[in-house]
Amino acid sequence: MRVVIAEDLALLRDGLIRLLQAHGFEVVAAVDNGPDLLAALTGQRPDVAVVDVRLPPTFTDEGLQAAIRARRTVPGLPILVLSQHVEQLYARELLSDDTGGVGYLLKDRVFDIGQFIDAVRRVAAGGTAMDPAVISQLLAKHGDAGPLAQLTPREREVLAEMAEGRSNSAIAGRLFITDKAVSKHINSIFTKLDLPPSNDDSRRVLAVLAYLNQ
Amino acid sequence: MARTDHRPANRFVLFVWSLLLVAHAAASAVLTVLSLAAASLSAIWVGLPLLLALTRLLRGHAQTHRRLLGHLLADGPVPDPGYRPLPDTRLRTQMSVVLADPTARRDYIWLAANATLGLTLAALPLTLLAHAVQAVLYVWLWRWEDSWYALHPVAGQSDAYTALVTATALFALFWLLTPPAMHAYALLNRRLLAPNENARLAARVEHLATSRAETIDAQASEVRRIERDLHDGAQARLVALGMSLGMAEEMLAADPDLARRMLTEARETTRQALTELRDLVRGIHPPVLVERGLEGAVRALAITQHLPITVDIDLPGRPADPVESAAYFAVAELLTNAAKHANADRAWVRINHGRGRMVVIVGDDGVGGLDPDAGTGLQGIRRRLSAFDGTMSCVSPQGGPTIVTMELPCALRAAPQAPPAG
Repeated sequence: MRVVIAEDLALLRDGLIRLLQAHGFEVVAAVDNGPDLLAALTGQRPDVAVVDVRLPPTFTDEGLQAAIRARRTVPGLPILVLSQHVEQLYARELLSDDTGGVGYLLKDRVFDIGQFIDAVRRVAAGGTAMDPAVISQLLAKHGDAGPLAQLTPREREVLAEMAEGRSNSAIAGRLFITDKAVSKHINSIFTKLDLPPSNDDSRRVLAVLAYLNQ
Repeated sequence: MARTDHRPANRFVLFVWSLLLVAHAAASAVLTVLSLAAASLSAIWVGLPLLLALTRLLRGHAQTHRRLLGHLLADGPVPDPGYRPLPDTRLRTQMSVVLADPTARRDYIWLAANATLGLTLAALPLTLLAHAVQAVLYVWLWRWEDSWYALHPVAGQSDAYTALVTATALFALFWLLTPPAMHAYALLNRRLLAPNENARLAARVEHLATSRAETIDAQASEVRRIERDLHDGAQARLVALGMSLGMAEEMLAADPDLARRMLTEARETTRQALTELRDLVRGIHPPVLVERGLEGAVRALAITQHLPITVDIDLPGRPADPVESAAYFAVAELLTNAAKHANADRAWVRINHGRGRMVVIVGDDGVGGLDPDAGTGLQGIRRRLSAFDGTMSCVSPQGGPTIVTMELPCALRAAPQAPPAG
């Protein structure tokens, strides 16, 4: 799988290259600034890109802007954005084109290498990987009123996992329950939140996030 | 700023004004004489209380005059020079306040000038007109007083008619001199009554000294907080991390299971240290503010708040970083207030810029009753804004709504250009 990496700190960039190469990815470009990133994304058309939000030359949100712009040229170009902090505003902007294949994670999620690689693969496959910090903020914002209040604690756990972008079997694995139980919870959540059931992973996440973002 | 000119143009209206001003100038003359008497009496005890009472009287007299001049001057009443309040304490303290107040000293100078030069100028129209009228009347009056006018004896009626020439000349002088005399009077008084540059600068320096002291205090305590947070948080965690790694290294051969557990622990410690650093950074300067400026940061803030917030921002550029930061933290504090204490259903933020100042308005439909002097949060905002000469005003009646308006003088720099595509 061909991957582009954008990270301005050499130490972290080398770490990411080593990490991804160790898991069978082919790093086709590793850049350290916004313009180079945009060129690499539109020129190389990688299977997935891992991008830092803040990049030179402006040291603002160059990485995010380059990602959004590249996805305008190449719709659905899978991009996983990493950041030292997460903002719902950025999550919303990344998800706004509705084509899936996006991820937005805190940088420290790379500590759990298995889960990080899983998130990269999920995004490459057109799925979604949202940081738990974004999801918990959204849940907290809507938690005390409305239909979310009707959910059981287990259902809220399942909803959080689902909003992060995990498939049924992955949720089952993480919560130590059966696949069947997961789909039962999900059906119940869809009914309570008045969301149309869907088998498509990324559509499912978008529906959940759209509801939570209301 | 454009202002309607209320100055009287008609000479007879000016004449009536001059009568009023003669009365005022005469009062000044009386006060001058009394003050001189009191000053010479202050060698014995009775002079001091008299001088104090006269000073109070003089303040009222000068203030009335400042308002009165507004009718004669194109730019309105003379601004208040800002008197030092007189303490209700011992005579000696009051006296020292009066003596130290440069405005009081300037008032006495004005009093003396108004009693002499001012009185002359104000009385000029009256004097000229009175003499003109008297000259006209003399055409008939000469029979009873035949040697008084024009300093030579009047022989007959034809001789008396020459008085009309004098009357015409006097009336022409009245006609020509009344406007410049009144103008000169107004200018003289304004020059002496208006706060001078020194007084204005003194007030400005006082304000700057206070706000600087507050800013330094706030910054020092902020630095202490950051130091404490780093010392107790991230630093301690990094030490623990190093220990865990060292022990894991030792255990690697003897007890691989334990080593693995310690490594997991180390990873968790690193994550906690990062979370703490992240919160700390957010408290110092939120990253989203760096990345998106005030507009983006306030929008990001509005998304995360627990109540619906309408954001309406019109900023053609970015203010300086400290101003931006102060405005952001003020908005954050006020929105948190709205959600937490005001029990609001919705809130709104409006920011725009014009005439060299940024105006930030935060409102909510909550229960109101916000007291800007009570909460430490609001006082903190005010202190932070005052460092930039900013102001905050708050309207919050019981029952709501609450509207807080902040004004920050600042220039905007052009928004950074988006990087070129391709």
